[in-house]
Amino acid sequence: MWNYEKRLQYPVNITTPNAKLASVIISQYGGPDGEMGASMRYLSQRYTMPYKQGQAVLTDIGTEELAHLEIVATIVHQLTRNLTAEQLEEQGFAPYYIDHTAGIWPQSAGGFPFSASQFQSTGDPIADLYEDMAAEQKARLTYDNILRLIKDPEVCDPIRFLREREIVHFQRFGEAMRVVQDNLDSQNFYAFNPAFDGPDGGNCGCRK
Amino acid sequence: MNDVMTQVYQYGFAVSDILLYLDTHPEDQEALTYYKNMREARDAAVSAYEDQYGPLTIDGVKDCADYWVWVNGPWPWEGGAGKCGTMRKGSNTR
Repeated sequence: MWNYEKRLQYPVNITTPNAKLASVIISQYGGPDGEMGASMRYLSQRYTMPYKQGQAVLTDIGTEELAHLEIVATIVHQLTRNLTAEQLEEQGFAPYYIDHTAGIWPQSAGGFPFSASQFQSTGDPIADLYEDMAAEQKARLTYDNILRLIKDPEVCDPIRFLREREIVHFQRFGEAMRVVQDNLDSQNFYAFNPAFDGPDGGNCGCRK
Repeated sequence: MNDVMTQVYQYGFAVSDILLYLDTHPEDQEALTYYKNMREARDAAVSAYEDQYGPLTIDGVKDCADYWVWVNGPWPWEGGAGKCGTMRKGSNTR
């Protein structure tokens, strides 16, 4: 279960609205490498992680991603608040505004809705952790791309924080991967799926 | 941002960061000591904040005599140019 803390993990105080920026930053809310997919990916993958350190990492990073989701939503909210319909249209926000006004809804910068098909939960710890490490890199580069388009320091500051966390998470998933591999056959990490075939490989047909 | 809130952010972040490290290094004595120190500092900052401005968590609701103060703003997304830049006691009630 979860408890709510009535603050952001990192403060967001944007004084100048800019819907054009919001229309690209929304991708880190509900886009293919956004925080919603990140959190759902890790929290879903926990159940077939056989090793306790990996279970802890997936739980705690999945939880932190929920806090990041809230930071991104707050950035989008503060960039679009107190604007008129005309201002939203002038700033390229009309397609979003028509369906959502100034509400927060998970979509990519290109307008595609959030989908569970943007992440995997394979039931195989090695496949999952490789996906997780790739996901952290993809989120990091998305923040890099956002930072190239943004000059407002009030927006850059929390985006830089989020970018740094992707790097830390990549490191932690790499360490979790090491823990998984230490428990496997060092001659062949893919000899069996430790979450499905058991710690000794069970009767996995892939060894024949 | 007021000083006590800055402390909540800073010590809170230290705890969030070291806990991920401890997940993959559960026997690191130096990290365990750091966690203990940062958690104590965070708890003290949260307590000081809540005494002054109101609850950060449901468990921080100390006074429930005549009104459910948890609903009092501002909420985390209301920073910046909004009406409630900093949380003031008794502001944005009812």
